[in-house]
Parts: sequence; C-alpha cells; structure tokens
Amino acid sequence: MANIISDETMEYVGILAKLELSDAEKEAAKRDMGRMLDYIDKLNELDTSGVEPMSHVFPVSNVFREDVVENGDEHEKMLANAPKVKDGMYQVPKTVE
Amino acid sequence: MSKQYETVIGLEVHVELATKTKIFCSCSTEFGGAPNTHTCPVCTGMPGSLPVLNKKVVEYAMAVGLATNCQITRHCKFDRKNYFYPDNPQNYQISQLYAPICRNGYVEIETESGSKKVGIHEIHMEEDAGKLIHDEWEDCSLVDYNRSGVPLIEIVSEPDMRSAEEVIAYLDKLRLIIQYLGASDCKLQEGSMRADVNLSVREVGAKEFGTRTEMKNLNSFKAIGRAIEGERARQIELLEEGKQVIQETRRWDDNKEASHAMRSKEDAQDYRYFPEPDLVPVDISEEWIEEVRSRQPELRTEKLIRYKEEFDIPEYDAEILTGSKQMADLFEAATALCGKPKKVSNWLMVETMRLLKENGQEPEDLKFSPEHLAKLVDLADAGSINSTVAKEVFEHIFYEDIDPEAYVEEKGLKTVNDEGALRETVERVIAANPQSVADYKGGKEKALGFLVGQTMKEMKGKANPGMVNQILKELL
Repeated sequence: MANIISDETMEYVGILAKLELSDAEKEAAKRDMGRMLDYIDKLNELDTSGVEPMSHVFPVSNVFREDVVENGDEHEKMLANAPKVKDGMYQVPKTVE
Repeated sequence: MSKQYETVIGLEVHVELATKTKIFCSCSTEFGGAPNTHTCPVCTGMPGSLPVLNKKVVEYAMAVGLATNCQITRHCKFDRKNYFYPDNPQNYQISQLYAPICRNGYVEIETESGSKKVGIHEIHMEEDAGKLIHDEWEDCSLVDYNRSGVPLIEIVSEPDMRSAEEVIAYLDKLRLIIQYLGASDCKLQEGSMRADVNLSVREVGAKEFGTRTEMKNLNSFKAIGRAIEGERARQIELLEEGKQVIQETRRWDDNKEASHAMRSKEDAQDYRYFPEPDLVPVDISEEWIEEVRSRQPELRTEKLIRYKEEFDIPEYDAEILTGSKQMADLFEAATALCGKPKKVSNWLMVETMRLLKENGQEPEDLKFSPEHLAKLVDLADAGSINSTVAKEVFEHIFYEDIDPEAYVEEKGLKTVNDEGALRETVERVIAANPQSVADYKGGKEKALGFLVGQTMKEMKGKANPGMVNQILKELL
C-alpha cells in the first residue's frame, strides 16, 4: 500500500462525517482509505489529456419540471418517518448557533 | 489612530425566487403554512427520492444574470455541498460550485461621490434549508421543512465596495432589479433577501487585502450599516493592538450592536463538494437566452426616463414612484384609468408616503387597488368632494381598499354645490357671529377665514369652499 493515512487525517475525516470510531475501526478505515487512494493513483496513470471531464453518466441534459404545484399536504405521512414528533414538527437534539 | 484604513467589502446575497413550487419538487413555496404541510420525500431528503429541476428557476436566474450584465454559462451543472445540520435533511445542499449559471457581471451604483461599478463574480442556483425552532420548555429543537427546497439564487459580488453607503446602494440596486423582473419580492425583514457581508480592512495604499470575516444575520439596511461600522472598528482595533484578524464567520446581534464568532473548529468548513449525480446538466442555448432576454420587462432606469418624458413628472417624484415596483405598478395602472398622472402621483407622493411612514410600512406592503385611487382622483377633480373629504376617503382606501364612489354616496359626503343651501347657511353664520363680521369690516382679513370655517362646520365639511368664500364676500 503506497498511501498511508495519518492519524490526524483519520481524526479529521471522523469529525467531518460525525462518526465516533473505536481504535480498531480507525485502523481498518485507514487501511481501506489507503487502498482507495492507491486505486485513484492507478487511474491517474492513464493519459486523459484531451478528454472532457464527465459531468454525468448519461448523455442527457435539460430534464425539467414545469412550475406547477402537484404535491398536497401529507405531513402526517411525512412525519411518520420521524423518530420523534412535537407540534407537527420533527424533534431533534437542541442545536445552538 | 495614526494610520489610515480602508474597508474592503464583498457581499453574498441570497434571494428567494418567486416560483410557485420548490426547486426540485412540486411542493408549494407558499409562506406561512402549518409546519411540514409543504413537504414530500424529495425536500425532506428521503432515501431513493429524486430531484427534478424547476425550469422557472433557471429562467429567473438567467433573467437576473442578464439584467446584471453577466455571462450566462452555456453548460451548467449542480454540485453537492456536504454538511450536517438538522435544517438540512439530506446532509447536503444542492448548489453550484464549478459551473454557476451566471458569471462576470456588474451593476452600477450611485452614491454621493458619484457612480461606480460593482462587479458580480457569479450567481448560482441552490436550495434553501428548513427552519429550526428552539423549544423553550424541553431541551430540544423542532424542525419545519416547509422552506426546505425553496429556490434561491446567491449573488456573489467582487470585493468592490468601500463603505456602508456603497453596500446599501448596491443592495438597493439589486432589490429593484429583481423586483422589477418579478423574480422575488426581496423583503429583508421576511428573509426573502438576505445579505452576508465579507469585510476586511487594510492600510490605505496597501496592495494586498487584509484577512476577512463573514458577517451573518443582517436583516435590515440599518443593521447592515451598523454591522459594517462595528466590524470595521473591531478589526482596526485588533490591528492597532498588533493582533491578527482571524478568518471566521460572525453573527451580528443588532440589539447588542456587536458580533460574536459563530463556528468553532469542531465544525470545520470543509464542504467536500462533488458533482450532483441525481441531476443532469443544463444546456442553455443562444435561442433560450434570447427568449428570456426578449421577455425582460422595463427596468427602473428606463422607467425613470419614461416617467419624466411621458408624464412630465419631476426627477425627485419619478425616483420615489419607481423606488418600488408596487408603487410604480399602482401609479401606471391608476394613471391609465383616470388619465391624470400628476394627480395620481400627488396622492402617492404625499398621503400614501405619509401613511406608510406612520405605520412603519414599506411600499411593498401597499394593498389598495389602482381602480379605487383612480375613482378618487376623478371625484375630487369633478368637484364632487372637496379636498378635506378626499383625504378622509383616501385613508379608507389605504386601509380597507373601499370603493370611493359607494363610500361617498353611503356616508353622504358629496360636496354641496347648491347655492341656495349654501347661502342659507352663510346667512345663519353671519347672524350668529356679529363680532367677526365687525372685525372683517374693520379690515381684519383673518375674520373671513373664521367665518368660512364656521360655515364648513355647519355643513359638516361638505360645502364647496370656493363658493362659500364667494357668497360670504358678497353678503358682507
């Protein structure tokens, strides 16, 4: 494995992904990420000069909706997916700015 | 303070577009619905749901771009901006980083020191987040996703502004352009227009920019002005003390007139943007651009010139009338109905502005119909009601949008032009006020005014004042 993920990078990625990992999970994730970067290095060996960056996997563009209201009030159905509901709203842990 | 400092300001302005539906789903964008009644699997980020772009959003963004001299990006794409916050149910916001729809524009602003161009770096399309409500009783927050997915454009300026005055002139210019296009109502207080201020200071003559901060939570022109002054002073103080300005996001508290740093290191601002795989690219043809361009309405600058020429209205009045689209629309519609532009303008400039000011309202809040204003102008012009009655009727139009003809009829407010009735009343007033009559005859002109007033009072304000004057002079 050519790419070694540092402990600092692992820590930072964990913060960004909001994940708390055990030491064993961290080691495993470091190995996985190293291998992924190795694979990217492999792809980088290809000469892509003159190749347009791909913006989408399908050769399709301009898929639009007209500006017409079609959805009605289904808040009960929607809220049925919520772990906790209060006053018709999704209840979440307190967020402080 | 020995050194001279220059303030460098750039703005990020978010504008909620006036579409009927959200940017990626067919939910209503109507403001004020009961919580979560305008939501679906797309705007609440349910796994497996797919966004489909609202065509009107692209057209509004293009319209704003064209009106601000931007280049329209022919091959434009969306990207994901990743962050975790409960108002963002997908854990990413669909936005545009690599190929925003508009680039390299400018608007011209007027300030006391003359006119100046403020560059527009880019305009991109994105979705709004939901609204968080902090529960007072339980230690939790509540989320309403009605606003989630409401279309926004973000207009990013170049760091071209140097003072609060220039910032406000720039915002006002943007607001008018966008309102005239019908792309948004741009109400700062209600959040349909929001401005974040990027500010740094440097010594006059310095080539490099200083370290900037970003200020959020500015919801009035006054708050923006105060926040700019406050942040400029804070940064200069740091530099004078030999300290560094830290690049950070700060939240302005307008009550305390101070700001505090908002984001800690724990919430690193690393959004890991990547191309949005759920949306296909948008290809904008020359024909489409021309179609949007051909539909652009008359903007403020053109209207200003036309008012002066077509209606012979003074510069200052034309500026007030065109200062909001609502006002300009009212003016034009009422003028078309009664054909008396100067009279209509007078009602809008004087009584309307007075009542708006009294109620702490903006011209955007005007509710009355041009038909009723036009009728009032006609009634007053024909002498059917006198000016005192007209003002009274106008207040009812302003507040309740009443039909002035019906109102005047119902309340019996028509001016009495009947000479016999007027003469009778005047005679009574003369008989009842011998002292004033003697004063007038003794050369006191003022006494006549008193007698006119008494007659008007007797007639409950409905007498034709010109006729009363004439009859009085004749009888005395």
